[in-house]
Amino acid sequence: MKGGLQQLWVYLSTTPLLWLTITLLAYQAGDWLFRRTGANPLCNPVLLSVITIVGLLLVSGTDYHTYFSGAQFVHFLLGPATVALAIPLYRQIDAIKKSLLAIIVALLTGSLTAAASAVGIAWALGGSGPLLLSLAPKSVTSPIAMGIAEQIGGLPSLTAAMVVLTGIFGATFGPWLLDRLRVSDQMARGIAMGVAAHGIGTARMIHLNPVAGAFAGLAMGLNGLATAILLPALVGLFR
Amino acid sequence: MLGYITLLLVCQLAGEVIARLFGLPVPGPVLGMVILFVGLVVRGRTPVGLEQVAGSLLRHLSLLFIPAGVGVIVHLHLIASAMAPIAGALTIGTLVTIGVTGWVMQILNRKHAAAAAAPDTEATP
Repeated sequence: MKGGLQQLWVYLSTTPLLWLTITLLAYQAGDWLFRRTGANPLCNPVLLSVITIVGLLLVSGTDYHTYFSGAQFVHFLLGPATVALAIPLYRQIDAIKKSLLAIIVALLTGSLTAAASAVGIAWALGGSGPLLLSLAPKSVTSPIAMGIAEQIGGLPSLTAAMVVLTGIFGATFGPWLLDRLRVSDQMARGIAMGVAAHGIGTARMIHLNPVAGAFAGLAMGLNGLATAILLPALVGLFR
Repeated sequence: MLGYITLLLVCQLAGEVIARLFGLPVPGPVLGMVILFVGLVVRGRTPVGLEQVAGSLLRHLSLLFIPAGVGVIVHLHLIASAMAPIAGALTIGTLVTIGVTGWVMQILNRKHAAAAAAPDTEATP
């Protein structure tokens, strides 16, 4: 029996099926727990899934390469999903036209603040090189952030982890901070959360207020675009 | 359905080709998003089928982050050895960004609202 199990493991661990299935299962379990806890941001499905899968990989002694040969089928969909962000963006076109200038100014301010504060603080605390470049796009939605990291010489996989952690932290403490700063304008609250905490912040704002949620989604998309254009140019300037 | 999935891939492919051909500092899928956005603006509406395909992709957007997020396993040592800069950037950096952006947007919106309200009050008897 023990030999049989070992043989089964040897077989399964070499097919993409196992880790693809585990990825889907972990996400659905995380999503279930997230909804069960009333969308508690600390029970973020991505955070829970990543912790679970990393734990399983470490325990089973599986390397990331083997895991990715299965998970790549999910990963591939990030590209078309990024393209699909054009649709919610287009849905807000009237609101965009109405406050276009204000949105652009707030967005550029936020986009630059996000990258500058991340790099500046990390540098001041002793960070350097690829770490700084991996942290720079941390507030951008991850398909775009990873593309940017790759472009400027960061580590896309490290960036992805930073993006997820940023989103979870921002979603948890952002609304509290905005209350403290007396930012009561729902459009401003949404844009702040979308710029700083991308999709995870957007999900939180949708839960809190529909107007803030819509503008968070808009800000997430536009910030991704703005950062993708600005950051590589800025990094090129400093090189 | 299949047509709209293909449309998303065609936009991505076009974005990828343009980015590489002209050496643009923008990821291909982002350019693909711009291409599709411009297409929607030109067309003036989103086809129902495209709404559905995009909706089902974006509904589980967070699932798509997981394979990349698990990549953290490769960098566990780097993260452990750079705990302070990472924690600082993620916490303080994110709060500063939320505060500054929300504050700037609120001020701009108030000015905008004040400017828009002024002629209105004059017009109403």
